[in-house]
Amino acid sequence: MIDIPREELFNPGHPACPGCGAAPSMRLALKALGPKTMVVIPASCWSIIAGAHPSFSLEVPLLHTPFLSAAAAAAGLKAALEAQGDQETLVMAWAGDGGTYDIGFQGLSGAAERRTDMLYVCYDNEAYMNTGGQRSSATPLGTQTSTTPGGKLEEKKDLLNIIVAHGASYVATATLAYSHDLLKKFRKARDKKGFRFIHLLSPCPTGWGFPEDKTITMARMAVESGAYHLMEWEGEGWQTTYHPSFQVKVEDYLQAQTRFAHLTGEELQEIARRTAEYWERVSRSE
Amino acid sequence: MLVDFPYPSSYLCSMAESRLMLGSEALALGVKLCRPQVIAAYPITPQTHIVECLAQMVEKGELSPCRLVTVESELSSISLVLGASAGGARVFTATASQGLALMHEILHWVAGMRFPVVLANANRALGGPWILYMDQTDSLSQRDTGWIQLYCASAQEALDMVPLAYKIAEAHLLPVMVIMDGFWISHTMEPVEAPSQEAIDAFLPPRRDELKLDPDNPQALGAPSPSDTFYQIKREIQEEMEQVLEAFPQYAQEYNQIVGRSYQAVERWFMEDAQVALVGLGGITGTARYTARVLRDKGIKAGVVFPRFLRPFPTYEVRRLLESVETVLVMNRALSPGMGGQLTQEVKTALYGLSHPPRVVDWMAGLGGIDPIPSSMEEAVKKALAGEERIWTSKPVGAKR
Repeated sequence: MIDIPREELFNPGHPACPGCGAAPSMRLALKALGPKTMVVIPASCWSIIAGAHPSFSLEVPLLHTPFLSAAAAAAGLKAALEAQGDQETLVMAWAGDGGTYDIGFQGLSGAAERRTDMLYVCYDNEAYMNTGGQRSSATPLGTQTSTTPGGKLEEKKDLLNIIVAHGASYVATATLAYSHDLLKKFRKARDKKGFRFIHLLSPCPTGWGFPEDKTITMARMAVESGAYHLMEWEGEGWQTTYHPSFQVKVEDYLQAQTRFAHLTGEELQEIARRTAEYWERVSRSE
Repeated sequence: MLVDFPYPSSYLCSMAESRLMLGSEALALGVKLCRPQVIAAYPITPQTHIVECLAQMVEKGELSPCRLVTVESELSSISLVLGASAGGARVFTATASQGLALMHEILHWVAGMRFPVVLANANRALGGPWILYMDQTDSLSQRDTGWIQLYCASAQEALDMVPLAYKIAEAHLLPVMVIMDGFWISHTMEPVEAPSQEAIDAFLPPRRDELKLDPDNPQALGAPSPSDTFYQIKREIQEEMEQVLEAFPQYAQEYNQIVGRSYQAVERWFMEDAQVALVGLGGITGTARYTARVLRDKGIKAGVVFPRFLRPFPTYEVRRLLESVETVLVMNRALSPGMGGQLTQEVKTALYGLSHPPRVVDWMAGLGGIDPIPSSMEEAVKKALAGEERIWTSKPVGAKR
């Protein structure tokens, strides 16, 4: 067990939807990172959660950018701090899956390849939730979204190993239901140099279709069923940081969400099988 | 036929201390003298020399502690300087053509956020089809982004406009594009006099403004805004643009005192008694100065007007210079298909409301590497005087593969 700091760098009264997973994820992340942090956020739900002018929900500086600019703008901010002699302040890009896997992918690749000394966080709610839930390349197989009404035909992109392949110094997955694991990873990321990447599974009640008081439950079911793996990469292969109980089945996790309600029992089983395969493939990659 | 060297005499005074360099090298030298702190580098013809020169300067330690970041696209170069400017740094990037077009979305963002970014653009046409050669479609297409546009007609100006650009950008919190002809200036060697570092340091103190991210004073920059705030932001940008035109003579005078070269928001030659005015942006005004002399030898009183600023457009100065001529021939190097030459629209707007306005003639002087030689310019003037309203050069001369 580790201490969770009492200091709050994310204030209540923000305009996130009830049950939003992305909001408390930032709260935990900033508790780990501390006040010497600057945040860069592209178009995303978090463009709203941070507050509309003149409201501001964070206690650290924030630069809002266009959708595809987060990684490059964060790299520029870091360069500006270095040129002015500030080696201490951490620059964190904080983007959704659309801004990371899709439209921001090129800038992300560039920043990672240049080994930019920064932290990039993708809070992944597995679709374009801020525009009402359209498919992204992070959307899981079979998911019904407003642009895949019959269910998505392709598997989720293996972004984690794409980032690893860029030579990132630290890559990790985390989710808010396992807050100690999450905090440990953000602290580790803070204390490392080079390009660091954290992927957060961020349940979305409106987009996934579950009651707004079940956000933590949903994240927990994802991990305990093996639909999401908690792991980290420090240069020598993936290390699992939490071993799930498997007392929950992937089918149970899927059936708890209306975005999978159109699927037949057979399809659910097939998705469960392929989800297990997906994570085995991802976590084995070297 | 020989005519006088068409540059102001101040250039000649310092010839002894000048050396030959490419326009792009001159511009890079101008950037160096301004002590940038963050540069985003991405190549595109005909701008590439600029960032290559700067990379060499950084490698040699001449720009320390400047960070030069070699990004993977123009989307990232402009995004990177946006972030760096938010961090309080003096920033620079350069581009051309497709690269500037690719930046379009972020150009709006930089201006709306009032970041004092300076960007150099070496003018080049936009495809398709693929075209490497010069016209001004790239920069004129960014007219409405909220960026100041400063045009250069020589390598010397490409150097001198950079300190002036930073001066304006940081005083008015507006981004500035320094624009020169691709190839005709960027790839042409000319004598250039470099001001001393002390002179530029005296002219341009380090960037100091409150508009930056600071952990001790956490603020959000660029947050979603209510409509009335957004409206006010746009109004303030318009009003600040007007202030730039008012303040420019003072900056130019200061630069002249320190460096010894004088510039105006609207450059003009032979306009005292001109019947016909040739109006253009950038290097084409050099050819126009030559042609005006040739025409004067033949009894046609021609003059030349070069609005150095496209934005803020020096409306009143252009109007004052043109109100008493009979014919204005606008030398366009950018076309708005379905309307005509882009610069023509600007000039016509400036002349609106005069009781006896001059006749404005729309000449497609140069597109995609077509650039008027004096004989085609003379032909255009004669067609304009004969009453034609839109002129296409009959035998365009330009670069060929």
